[in-house]
Amino acid sequence: MQFLTVVARRFLYAFLLLLAVIVFNFVLLYLVPGDIAETIAGESGGASAELMAEIRRSYGLDQPFHVQLLTYVGKVLQGDLGSSYYFNAPVLDLILGRLGPTLLLVVTALLLAIFAGTLFGVIAAQRPNGIFSHFITILALIGFSAPVFWTAFLLIILFVSILQIMPLSGLAEPLSETGTWKWYLDVAHHLFLPVVSLSSIYLAQYSRLARASMMDILGSDYIRTARAKGLGQRMIIYKHALRNAVIPVITIAGLQFSHIFSGAVVIETVFSWPGLGTLAFESILRGDTPTIMGILFFSAFVVIVFNLLTDLAYRIIDPRIRLSNTA
Amino acid sequence: MAERLLSVEGLRVEFKTRDGIAKVIDNLSISLDTGETLGIVGESGCGKSMTALSIMGLVPIPPGRIAGGRILLDGEDLLQANEQRMREVRGNEISMIFQEPMTSLNPVYSIGNQIAETARLHEGLSRADAMARALEMLQAVGIPAAEKRIHEYPHQMSGGMRQRVMIAMALACKPRVLIADEPTTALDVTVQAQIFDLLNDLKEKTGTAIIMITHDMGAIAEMAQRVVVMYAGRIIEQAGVTQILTDPRHPYTQGLIRCVPHLTRNPTVERPPLLEIPGVVPALSQLGSGCAFAPRCPYADAKCRAEMPPSRAVDSGHDVACWLTEREAAA
Ligand SMILES: Nc1ncnc2c1ncn2[C@@H]1O[C@H](COP(=O)(O)OP(=O)(O)O)[C@@H](O)[C@H]1O
Ligand code: SF4
Ligand SMILES: [Mg+2]
Repeated sequence: MQFLTVVARRFLYAFLLLLAVIVFNFVLLYLVPGDIAETIAGESGGASAELMAEIRRSYGLDQPFHVQLLTYVGKVLQGDLGSSYYFNAPVLDLILGRLGPTLLLVVTALLLAIFAGTLFGVIAAQRPNGIFSHFITILALIGFSAPVFWTAFLLIILFVSILQIMPLSGLAEPLSETGTWKWYLDVAHHLFLPVVSLSSIYLAQYSRLARASMMDILGSDYIRTARAKGLGQRMIIYKHALRNAVIPVITIAGLQFSHIFSGAVVIETVFSWPGLGTLAFESILRGDTPTIMGILFFSAFVVIVFNLLTDLAYRIIDPRIRLSNTA
Repeated sequence: MAERLLSVEGLRVEFKTRDGIAKVIDNLSISLDTGETLGIVGESGCGKSMTALSIMGLVPIPPGRIAGGRILLDGEDLLQANEQRMREVRGNEISMIFQEPMTSLNPVYSIGNQIAETARLHEGLSRADAMARALEMLQAVGIPAAEKRIHEYPHQMSGGMRQRVMIAMALACKPRVLIADEPTTALDVTVQAQIFDLLNDLKEKTGTAIIMITHDMGAIAEMAQRVVVMYAGRIIEQAGVTQILTDPRHPYTQGLIRCVPHLTRNPTVERPPLLEIPGVVPALSQLGSGCAFAPRCPYADAKCRAEMPPSRAVDSGHDVACWLTEREAAA
């Protein structure tokens, strides 16, 4: 029961945070220099004083600040993010159309970083002075210090130019039919380089983290207990140690989700991956304010949802957090 | 009829340290009969835990090394056994509980799961049977509302309760030997007495022989039949519990017992730590060729500092390693 109350409270916090983001977004929009009515009038060709007044009235721009704010919040909560100046289509539809590829990229990269990172760390921790352990340290150093686009370019040079086994850009070959097995494989093929580039920073970081926490854990009293029970090395590592070692990794990964999300903008641009990142980049070049705002709001939404999910994930893994009242 | 269950013969354990090889255990021999409680006492750092870990086959190698000796369980030399065999022995034939109940249980698994794990591992019980065994064990170690607490996690329990859980886990497969390494040092006095009573009680019910490691002479008086006194990795005196308490021969043992004046009157009330023998245990790498206790001993003479005293029987079942007994015998 206690667990459910805590979860309910986390949802409430997430909702309040989202509300704060909407208000902040509106204030930004309100403060943007220039008259919105003029922009809209410009799009539709004329700008007589009557037309301007008409536009102000129909868009509610003549209302006081708080009324406009409440209207905006209400609209956003109903999923109305306005219309793109450029595409002349609802921003929400544009975003939803681009969301899939972005989530695919980000979530795959994050999962790869968490799983492979933890695994590398666990293996390295068993021989702290072995070759693999040194390899991890060097990999971590490179991954951590290299800018993500640089890693991406290196991978392109290696896999696309020299080895010629990976496609350069896009989500899939233009002519292939969507939804077939072949198409999925093609998407996976196109996904490979962006995912590896994006996860490289985090993979390295998580290996280091997992290695350190694993070494700590292997010297702990409860591991000695596990040995004294007669458990074999595999059970000790993969049952008793791993679950404890993954807790700090998940905590950090959760905190870094927004970071990896912004890293995705760069990676999507490099690989012309048709996601939110490229949409954001293009919209900024086009000055398409509603779309930019929509993406800002939506990214905040996704980040908040993921923070909530990580929070729940490690509550499930760690009973000390699950059963405590502290939010 | 008591039979020889476990014997350690001439055990030597060395550790590689920055200032050379430290002889952590030097020529140590002890034995344990069925149904017996053997006490091992001595100050911190004298090698009690290392003796226990050697029996369990858990000495960290490296930096440690078993430099010699035999550890016979029913005649089988455990020092020659392979890892596979040792895994069968641990938790099944010989179990161990530790000094740190707060950190010795895995924080992310329920206590029921952790107790059941041992039974599943050694007896191949199904999940349900193993949980039933865990419940039975929790009841046996006196955990109230065991059917509810079996699903709890270590952080939800007090130190005393966690030590009871450790005992339940250690005894889940009815081992022949239980090694309790200072099981109450981290607990308050009232809880300490409860744990000793519990161990005594369980020993009577199950017949498990116990090696009780402690630096608490009161606990020894309450539980052990025989006592081994260790100093700097060696045994300096060994005798039946009454002999040790009433007629200690080694100056170090005498010091230990003088530290607990009310010992025989009311052993459970209060147990001051054994800090009253002046001086400290010397670093193992600094041991000379003489008696290790000489720097702190009021009776030390030139011979003591030059030559290591051999172990000598002063009475039946009472051995002492001290030149004083030689001097008395000669006088
Ligand atoms: N990993 C190690 N490296 C070097 N020396 C050690 C190590 N572990 C224990 N020792 C030494 O072994 C000796 C015995 O330790 P221990 O058996 O834990 O003592 P006790 O349990 O009697 O307090 C101590 O002097 C300690 O310094
Ligand atoms: S041998 Fe000498 S120094 Fe050592 S305990 Fe006996 S009298 Fe003291
Ligand atoms: Mg110890």
